[in-house]
Amino acid sequence: MEITVQEFKHCDMITIKGRVDSATAPQLAQALETANDGGKYKLVVNMADLEYMSSAGFRALLAAQRNSKRYNRGEVVLSSVPERIREALELAGFTELFKTFDDPLMAVGHF
Amino acid sequence: MLGRLLIYHMESVQFIAKFEYLDEIRDFVGKVAHKGGFSAKDIYNIQLATDEAASNIIEHAYEGVSNGILDLSCGIVGDGITIILIDYGESFDPSVVPMPNLKADLSERKIGGLGIFLMRKLMDEVHYEPRKDGSNVLTMRKRRKQ
Repeated sequence: MEITVQEFKHCDMITIKGRVDSATAPQLAQALETANDGGKYKLVVNMADLEYMSSAGFRALLAAQRNSKRYNRGEVVLSSVPERIREALELAGFTELFKTFDDPLMAVGHF
Repeated sequence: MLGRLLIYHMESVQFIAKFEYLDEIRDFVGKVAHKGGFSAKDIYNIQLATDEAASNIIEHAYEGVSNGILDLSCGIVGDGITIILIDYGESFDPSVVPMPNLKADLSERKIGGLGIFLMRKLMDEVHYEPRKDGSNVLTMRKRRKQ
């Protein structure tokens, strides 16, 4: 798994590549926490090149969403979610907790 | 008789129960599922269910144990795939794991139990058996769509 962070005027985009499982989810959680700790609560998680995500990744996203939405200071939105991952997120009831966008620039434009 | 039949069709690998082997665990079941003619969607879901099962074993059955053993067997049996994960750690009673409330809002959403929930949703059968010899046997099955 590889994570890159890109700063935009009104939000940050966190792009995840590869596979997120129990081995790699702590790195994702760390990247999201680092953003929050730096006062960044408006976050786009770009999943265009994500191949796989288990519930360990879902938990990291949930924790970041909780922290980001506190005091209405922001939110985490998802972009370009691959079909299989979207299906698993749906099964877990997570699609209701995150706005999703087909295109990263549309997601950035949301903020 | 059935037991013997299963053995003939199953491939087995032993893993050290560590998260770093999840990639190999998913590859192993993915290859068997592929050979068995499952669709790409089903293969992904079989891999996900197996990952969730193995992750639970590593995290809970072997909590605080660094060199636990995870025996994984997988094969095409009858009209579907059978996956058996055996650990020798702490047993648990899956019936006491509460189902996650998928309608709960963000602040009330519980984090635990999601792995077991996904396993049950993604596979046709999930069966857990703590045995007297100290092993815990988790068997999952998924049928091929006709």
